[in-house]
Amino acid sequence: MTDPDHRLASELIRHGISRRTFLKFCTSMASLMALPPAAAAQMAEKLTTVKRQSVIWLSFQECTGCTESITRSHKPTLESLIFDFVSLDYHHTLQAASGSAAEAAREQAMQANKGKYILIVDGAIPTKDDGVYSTIAGITNLDMLQQVARDAAAIVAVGTCATFGGLPKASPNPTGAVSVSDIVTDKPIINIPGCPPIPVVMTGVLAHVLTFGIPELDGLGRPKSFYGDSIHDRCYRRPFYDRGLFAKSFDDEGARQGWCLYELGCKGPTTHNACATVKWNNGTSFPIQSGHGCIGCSEPDFWDAGGFYKSISTGIGSPGQWAAGAVAVGAAAGLGSAFLNRSTQQQSRDQHQPITEQDLKGDEHE
Amino acid sequence: MNEIELLTWARGPGLFWATVIMFFGLTLRLFEILSLGRPKELAEVRDSGVRDGWMLILKRSLPELKHWKYITASYIFHIGLLVIIFFFIPHTQLFRDIFGVFWGGWPNFVIDFFAVLSIAAMIYMLAARFYDPARRILSNLSDYFAWLVTFLPIVTGYMAFHRLGMDYTTMLAVHILSVELLMISLPISKLSHVVTFALARYYTGSNNGRRGITS
Repeated sequence: MTDPDHRLASELIRHGISRRTFLKFCTSMASLMALPPAAAAQMAEKLTTVKRQSVIWLSFQECTGCTESITRSHKPTLESLIFDFVSLDYHHTLQAASGSAAEAAREQAMQANKGKYILIVDGAIPTKDDGVYSTIAGITNLDMLQQVARDAAAIVAVGTCATFGGLPKASPNPTGAVSVSDIVTDKPIINIPGCPPIPVVMTGVLAHVLTFGIPELDGLGRPKSFYGDSIHDRCYRRPFYDRGLFAKSFDDEGARQGWCLYELGCKGPTTHNACATVKWNNGTSFPIQSGHGCIGCSEPDFWDAGGFYKSISTGIGSPGQWAAGAVAVGAAAGLGSAFLNRSTQQQSRDQHQPITEQDLKGDEHE
Repeated sequence: MNEIELLTWARGPGLFWATVIMFFGLTLRLFEILSLGRPKELAEVRDSGVRDGWMLILKRSLPELKHWKYITASYIFHIGLLVIIFFFIPHTQLFRDIFGVFWGGWPNFVIDFFAVLSIAAMIYMLAARFYDPARRILSNLSDYFAWLVTFLPIVTGYMAFHRLGMDYTTMLAVHILSVELLMISLPISKLSHVVTFALARYYTGSNNGRRGITS
């Protein structure tokens, strides 16, 4: 924990970060979020003069992949700079303190920055049986979220578990897991989904919050600057889709030629994220470039969307079996109906008395 | 319900019920129709009627010069619809999923071409039905309903592909839902001609043939 009254400029100097590196970060962030050119300078000025923003990071029902994503790099990256802009007052994976000392730090930060701190949440919140399935220091995730959210200035839900329930919410959802926005409804919530989210997207959004406030969000609470386009629309393999050239398996000629992975279940067309433009591992690659289709991890309920290796134009389940079953039942019903019709016809014939010409006209079918 | 949940519903429970209703309904109708049999021939049968049955299937599939504009539009629409349904690659994936058979697909620009032709032909046929006095009198609500539930999947599919109107995910969900409406309508409307047209033509042709009327 760092004294939040320290100005950021002095912190940067203390960490040996050059002005050139700092400006590069600001330019990169502004560019990624499609901000106007002047925004980079404004961001730099704002970031160096603001007090370090108090941040409380709560990890609930999650795998720590989101924290790994934002922190794990073998060399200092632009993304890692974000930790110099905030005072990370509570993060039970990263903080040195543990036990009651850690909880005391959280309570102290909440008290000192009441109404001003940013709450970051990763992980879903179990609600079944009063939320007993995940607790920290004896406090359920549900209680802790409600308690900390009460005085937060804004909430950033990081990762698909926090934003949409993610894997814990996947059917049959044994813990009754829900997203942050299902619990907190009276605070601005920024959703940064992904399993995990791209590091630079997390830091970019945080930089925007620190400098310009809450960015423009889409209908699912995601920043439009990063989630405005689908993976498919920005994919370098898109021309192959348009030409009808598809890999049929992961090791066929099409796959070697880099053709579209739609038939192998790529969810790029319905997935909104910045993977195809920002990429991963310092812009090295992203799943489709590595030869695997997008699994749609930044969309709600991606785990229950019908299998990673089935095209989005196919059904969720077994439509072939449904069709076969329906034909069988239809045939049985048809036979039953035919039997009834035949019986009716036979009855009609039996009751027919060919007495007059009029009677003959009334019995046209046999 | 957000757009991805709508899509998931359309691909899951929606597709389940549409598939079940369509296959159940069409099979039931086929069995019912076939089990009705023929009316009793009161006069001596002059021919087996087999040849005339087959001939009428063929004959009524050939264009007539008398209404060439309408017939041409109908041909364009029907061929276009078949191409779109069976050769658009995402659709072939669905058929592979259902029937386990894959016959390959055509490039998107070809499908796009047929989609535009089909939409234009359908609009022309609706206008012709509306402005031609004879057709207007003969048309009833079920005709316009059949037109609408056929038109919607084509136009929503076109919009989804070209990212028109709503966002792609929502448009795709709307497209799938419109297809499901069409599937449900098939057994309960005159659209059941997709499976009965050949039977009906054969029936009429062979009946005529048995009475000495050559098709």
